[in-house]
Parts: sequence; C-alpha cells; structure tokens
Amino acid sequence: MSRTFIITAASALSIFIAGCASPPAERVVLLPGPDGKAGAVVVATNTGSSMLLDQPYTAVAINNQGRLNAVREDAASVRARYQSALDAQPARPVSFSVFFVRGKDEITMESKPLVEKLKAEIARRPAPEIMVIGHTDRVGSDASNDILSLKRAEAMRNALVKAGIAASSISIAGRGEREPLVPTADEVAEPKNCRVEVNVR
Amino acid sequence: MKNQYLLKAVLLLICALHGGAVLAADEEPAGTIKTVTGSVTIERGGQKLAATEGTQVFAADKVTTDSNGSVGITLRDNTLLSAGHNSSLSLNKFAFDPSTHAGAIDATLKRGTLSVVSGKIAKQSPDSVRFRTPTTTMGVRGTEFIIEVDATKD
Repeated sequence: MSRTFIITAASALSIFIAGCASPPAERVVLLPGPDGKAGAVVVATNTGSSMLLDQPYTAVAINNQGRLNAVREDAASVRARYQSALDAQPARPVSFSVFFVRGKDEITMESKPLVEKLKAEIARRPAPEIMVIGHTDRVGSDASNDILSLKRAEAMRNALVKAGIAASSISIAGRGEREPLVPTADEVAEPKNCRVEVNVR
Repeated sequence: MKNQYLLKAVLLLICALHGGAVLAADEEPAGTIKTVTGSVTIERGGQKLAATEGTQVFAADKVTTDSNGSVGITLRDNTLLSAGHNSSLSLNKFAFDPSTHAGAIDATLKRGTLSVVSGKIAKQSPDSVRFRTPTTTMGVRGTEFIIEVDATKD
C-alpha cells in the first residue's frame, strides 16, 4: 500500500519536473472584426516552423515540443475559453465629424446636436481621452487655414468643456487644409472640409 | 583654427540636444489603462505599482494580473490590448507618430491570455508590429486575435 503510494508520488513528481522543464503550450486564435471579416496573423516558432491564419476562428495550437497543429474554434468556444480577456477589452475608439460655418470657428446649426451625443459617448467611457483635430477647405492661404483650423479645434474644446467634459482629457491640433474630406482644387469652397474630427477613446 | 573648434562645439551641442529630444519622445506614455478587475500590477524600473483605470502605461512596463485579475489597455495608436486572469504582459517597445501613423509595437505575453485589436501602426507599417510568446513570434496584418500561453506548463 505505502509502496504504491511512494511510486505514485515519485511518478507524479517526475511528471511535474518534466512539466517545468518543457516550454509552455500555446495557442493563437484569429477573430473576425466588427464587419465579420478577419485580417491575418503569421505565427512563427523559434524553431523555424510557421503557419498563416487568415480565416475567422482558424487557430493554431503549439505543443510543448514546438509543433504547430491547426485547430478550429467558433464564437462559443472562444467566448468560453477567453472570457476574462475578452470582457476586459476597452471600448473601441470612435470618431465624429462636426461641421463648421465656412471661414468661421462656429459650429453649424446641423452639427450642434452632436455636442450632446459626444458628451454621452465620453461619459460612458472610463478614463476617456478626446482628440480634437481642426480642418478647413482650401479657400485662403495655407497659413491662415492653419490658424482657422486650430481656432475650430479650440471652439470645439470650449463647447465640450461647457458641456461638462474635463478640459484635461481633451487635446487639440489644427491640420489646416492638408487633410480634406473631399479633395478639391485650391481656392474651392467645400463645406464638408470645414470641420473638426473628434476622436474618443 | 579657432573657428573650427567653435564649429565642433556647436555640432556637439546640436547632437546633445537632438539626443535629448529623442529621449523626451520616448517618455510619452504608450497608452492608458481603461479597465481593471481584481489585482493588476505594473512593474516599472524595479518598482511595483497597483494599476487603476486611468493609469498610464509606458514602453518597458510589465503588466501582471492575479487569478481574479484582468486589464484592458488602449495604446496611443488605438491598439486595444486586454489580458485575462493570471497573465503577464511585457511591453518591450512602443513608438507612434500621430501625424504619419508610423511607429512600432513589440510586446511579449509570458503567460495567460491576451486579446489584441490592432490599431493604426499595424495599418500603416505592419512589419513593425510584433507580438511574442516564450516560443513564437506573431506578425500582424490589421486584425483581431487571441494569444494563450498555458501557465500550468510554465
């Protein structure tokens, strides 16, 4: 009886030691994005084998000998196995376009309701960070548009602060006429380019 | 002759200033912790800090979770990283230029689970994004995925 116990304990110990000495087992699973499509991940081991994952829920298991085995997962199995990591995922960053009156740092009537929407979006996020980037159309000089785009970003920040958002969580920048939403020739008025982009994360 | 010394001194000064500027850029945070459950610890320069929502994460930080812990981090390029229970994640490298979207990410999951939603760097320069485990290296083509390193066999 006691000898059996010793043998069992000894073999358990040897398994334990073997477990310590060998590298860990690993697994990589490719997930679909919000649009249902997946990009790709190339998994390469230190011993020189590799595998490409490019379909949603394709996966690779790497055993403790470094061998790669293709495995298939699905939404339910991923959810069950990786719940703690998936539940901890931060909210996805979102971007809003707020339009301005041409040549001015004044939010258009149509875009004014967006301030409330932004406020709600920011309020539901822990430790929110807001980036406001001002833009202009191509009417006027580059230098004057740099100034106008920054003024628009400042006006947007003021509107958010007035709505109760902490100024310390907002950073601003002006990109002048460099990044139009609608590309045009120089000196063409384009209301869609008179805007600020507000990124919330 | 005197002018040559002056020129050398000015060049040295420029080099020193430039070095200083590079250092300052590296000191910008890599990201911000957005979600915390259980106990989450950041190891930075030999010190351990308890992480909470809003704590900033820097390149070279190591983030660990306990058996009830989990953590979600949004990096400056909008990459989302979230680690589950019993995980250890080291950020080896992070750089990001918000104007050009150029940069680099290098991170290692030593144990546990990590979900990744890639951001702007992976879109702009995918070859400079690397995720590692003790035995593998992953290259990313704009995507979402999970990495698991079985701690019980560690």
